Amino acid sequence: MSRAAGAAGRGAGGGGGGPPGLAAPLRRCLPGRGRAGGFWEATLAPRVLAAYRVSLVTSLVAASLNAVFGLLVAWVLVRYRFPGRRVVDALVDLPFALPTAVAGIALTTLYAENGWLGARLAPLGIKVSYTTLGITVALVFIGLPFVVRTLQPVLQDLEAEIEEAAASLGATRWQTFRRVLLPALLPALLTGFALAFARAIGEYGSVVFISGNMPMRTEIAPLLIMTKLEQFDYAGATAIAVVLLLMSFALLLCINVLQWWSRRQAA
Amino acid sequence: MAGIVTSRLHAAPDRTSALTEPRPVRWALTGVALAFLVLFLFIPLVAVFTEGLKKGWEAYLAALVEPDALAAVRLTLLTAAVAVPLNTAFGVAAAWCLAKFRFPGRSILLTLIDLPFAVSPVIAGMVFVLLFGTQGWFGGWLFDHDVKIVFAVPGIVLATTFVTFPFVARELIPLMQEQGPEEEEAARVLGASGWQIFWRVTLPNIKWGLLYGVILCNARAMGEFGAVSVVSGHIRGLTNTLPLHIEILYNEYNFAAAFAVASPLALLGLVTLVAKTAVEWCQARELARGAGAS
Repeated sequence: MSRAAGAAGRGAGGGGGGPPGLAAPLRRCLPGRGRAGGFWEATLAPRVLAAYRVSLVTSLVAASLNAVFGLLVAWVLVRYRFPGRRVVDALVDLPFALPTAVAGIALTTLYAENGWLGARLAPLGIKVSYTTLGITVALVFIGLPFVVRTLQPVLQDLEAEIEEAAASLGATRWQTFRRVLLPALLPALLTGFALAFARAIGEYGSVVFISGNMPMRTEIAPLLIMTKLEQFDYAGATAIAVVLLLMSFALLLCINVLQWWSRRQAA
Repeated sequence: MAGIVTSRLHAAPDRTSALTEPRPVRWALTGVALAFLVLFLFIPLVAVFTEGLKKGWEAYLAALVEPDALAAVRLTLLTAAVAVPLNTAFGVAAAWCLAKFRFPGRSILLTLIDLPFAVSPVIAGMVFVLLFGTQGWFGGWLFDHDVKIVFAVPGIVLATTFVTFPFVARELIPLMQEQGPEEEEAARVLGASGWQIFWRVTLPNIKWGLLYGVILCNARAMGEFGAVSVVSGHIRGLTNTLPLHIEILYNEYNFAAAFAVASPLALLGLVTLVAKTAVEWCQARELARGAGAS
């Protein structure tokens, strides 16, 4: 299958082009067109490799940001009191409840160059919508509750005694956090990170609007599957899906091991 | 994944000065956390409504009552009306088996329930195309019998059901596990039949968790995008759900209409959050009453 045909499948750049799916039922009249050769040819084509790289790098950065800010949010929600704490706590679940397409168009419009946030970032030379930075923003939005909700119960159940012991032995608050609290929170933090990462790799709805979908640059792997399906290249789509599934299952395995570890540490 | 997502927010314990941070640090941390949440969660939510109303109430309402939009609303409601009861029935049955009994293959069943969480929605949709598409496994047979699944309503319902499959079960399993089988065993000893045990003992115990599971499942069923996008074929007025209609409007640069159509879905999301908070509150009150009575 040629790359040019692929590029035509999705609008390259800009606002994502016209509605590409409209042509799909019509193209059923042309069975077998664009069938890829072998599995490896389909999984290792430059455009496919670039899509994996974009997916992996943005997911990794987003999950890392989520780990840092998720820990902060969980800490503040569990330990400090401030007006509106319950409202803020409920709001953390918003990415679970808001349809991904709605989140996608809202973020894209906000961060577009004439958008409310994009217009403020543009003078600083920061472009968000239609770049990998935009993909990362969408993935941070999607992944945040995973980290916060995994950490909250663990933070809640931490015994005050160990902190008292650390304080009475002369540790500063920072030392107590670094040496006592963080090790106890680590399994949950890593689980949250892995959950956010796994979700980010497969995410489609919130990313497809903000990414701009330029092949080789801002095209994520799930979108490439979609493009191949619309061209009736089922073999190519399946090959990419198999690679993505293997990544998901590897992450699931990690999460199970981490949960076993955190249970053992709690015991 | 939804299982670990239930939060319990007790009142923050009073801490002596040795066990908390100095006040400026507390304020700074709270400030940064709130700024982050406002930037990433609150502003996008507000943007949906302000952008939808940008061209005034008349344009907003016109976008909502346009025939294609109404057709999308009807299809979305139909899809949820099939997917949610199916997954509720399945979720209660699966949670009951997994929480109250030990049997071989139990952990495999648990993993299978989580599968739709682990799989990208695009891949979930693709599986149905591979199975029921014209070139798919059952494609030939379906074509001969003139049954359309992919690029038609049945495919949309199937994909939605698959993606929202785990929500009720995942909400109930930890709850039922915590409650244990003792009350059911007591009812059994007192001579209750299986149905009586379910209606009088099990169901009252799980009602709040079940309610939230159903609400969450419904929100996801109405908002599902990736999987439905693969199987729908995007035929306007026929196989377009609300999220797909939003995509079409947005890609046609009809931004105000796209956000207008998105606003009921955002409202549904807000209702889901409020429902979750209310359910947790009821649950906590019931627990407190139970503790007070004993």
